[in-house]
Amino acid sequence: MFMNTRSNFDESLKELKSLQLKMADEAETAIKNAMLSLLNQDIELANKVINNDNIIDDLEYEIHEKALMLIAMQSPVAKDLRRLHVALRVSSEVERLGDIAVNIAKSVVHIGDEKHLKELIDIPRMMEMALEMLTEAITAFYAEDPALAKKCAEKDDQVDKMFGELVKELLTYIPQNPDFTNQIIQLAFVCRFIERIADHSTNIAENVVYLETGKRFNLNK
Amino acid sequence: MVTALKERTTMDVTAPSHHNDRLESILSVNNLQIFYGEKRAVNGISMEIEKNSVTALIGPSGCGKSTFLRSINRMNDLIPGSYAKGEIIYEGLNILAEDINVTALRKEIGMVFQKPNPFPKSIYENITHALKFAGIKKKSKLDEIVEESLRNAALWDEVKDRLHSSAYSLSGGQQQRLCIARTIAMKPNVILLDEPASALDPISNAKVEDLIVDLKKDYSIVIVTHNMQQASRISDKTAFFLNGDLIEYDRTEKIFTNPSVEKTEEYISGRFG
Ligand SMILES: Nc1ncnc2c1ncn2[C@@H]1O[C@H](COP(=O)(O)OP(=O)(O)OP(=O)(O)O)[C@@H](O)[C@H]1O
Ligand SMILES: [Mg+2]
Repeated sequence: MFMNTRSNFDESLKELKSLQLKMADEAETAIKNAMLSLLNQDIELANKVINNDNIIDDLEYEIHEKALMLIAMQSPVAKDLRRLHVALRVSSEVERLGDIAVNIAKSVVHIGDEKHLKELIDIPRMMEMALEMLTEAITAFYAEDPALAKKCAEKDDQVDKMFGELVKELLTYIPQNPDFTNQIIQLAFVCRFIERIADHSTNIAENVVYLETGKRFNLNK
Repeated sequence: MVTALKERTTMDVTAPSHHNDRLESILSVNNLQIFYGEKRAVNGISMEIEKNSVTALIGPSGCGKSTFLRSINRMNDLIPGSYAKGEIIYEGLNILAEDINVTALRKEIGMVFQKPNPFPKSIYENITHALKFAGIKKKSKLDEIVEESLRNAALWDEVKDRLHSSAYSLSGGQQQRLCIARTIAMKPNVILLDEPASALDPISNAKVEDLIVDLKKDYSIVIVTHNMQQASRISDKTAFFLNGDLIEYDRTEKIFTNPSVEKTEEYISGRFG
């Protein structure tokens, strides 16, 4: 009695999901590369991140087209409908993550080969935490695992706190090091971008919870 | 009204007794079981059917939707060996009771079938036939009811110049709307529809759907449909049946966005057959 009667539709949903994972992968790589380019002052890598962003944009477009087509042609309901709704939302979040990688890379270009005022320690730590959240959010999305999604979102507060402290500290350097004002401001921007990575990861996690329960959750308080 | 069902043989079709209190129930079904001889087709279901709203009955073939629908105006009485247990309370009376005046009941609870079944008469007479039996003889009154019910059934403009042609000269979709007009001419309180749009082209289907939504201002409607989009477009509440059981009954938007029961989800998303 319970044979599957919608194998074509299910096949299309699978294709959509693999596109989404590909997109998430691209964004994750872009963010990691942006971060590496900052630590190593690797302008070439930073430019590569900036130039590759259109790959992520194209994937978002493709996912939106596919999801809208399935909504129009397959009249999905209940979880099928939520799945497509979530595909649209999550791909927009991931597209923003791609933009953030570009923004970080642009700051790297702005700093150029000017020697870092001091060794970067806290920024990579904060970055690590944000990346961990992103990986958890994407894994939770892949596995449709709301528990992991909630775990991911719980870390958002820590990243917010780190952001506040770091920016405050950075700004105290300006009076003694006026020549480094541009670098310090760029690094403060980078902190802000990292904080946004955590926010978008939390949004992805919220969509995972919504997909599973049909209820909107604000994990981002 | 309560005693009328037991005694009345003609009814006053000019004085509908519709009220517009939303969410009030018009029918209370309590532990209803319906049998065909030994076989039980409906297994003790209970539900409240709301006044002035559209209730959709969905579920796979053979799950008991039509059986349940027909019991609401005692159409199963016509099937030898069929009987029901439990209650369906309407206007304070159990309509399954022996002493109910079934003819009066069917005037208050009208039914439209899957296949349009006009009488082999003119369009006009299809509507006036039952009215004459109900004691309305005056030509001007009959004309008035014919026009009003054809308008309400969204058919008037298409047939006003050919009221005396045979109903069989109408298209399938027009015949179905004529059957709806014939039912509403009797000013029932409840209209039962068993897959009324299954044989219609998309335009006639859309007209019938619009009509059903319009009708709920004045009537309480129960509709069986196999078309999930139709159920989600027109109904306020949806009941999912499976093997004679009522599996889930809730607001339509809940059923189609986030049903509580796994089987409902599988059925509405087309995942079992
Ligand atoms: N006149 C009858 N005599 C005996 N059994 C009947 C009769 N009518 C229906 N049944 C049985 O009762 C059960 C419910 O049938 P019913 O017609 O109510 O199903 P349904 O949900 O309306 O199906 P469909 O979607 O195919 O119209 C089925 O098993 C059917 O075989
Ligand atoms: Mg049926």
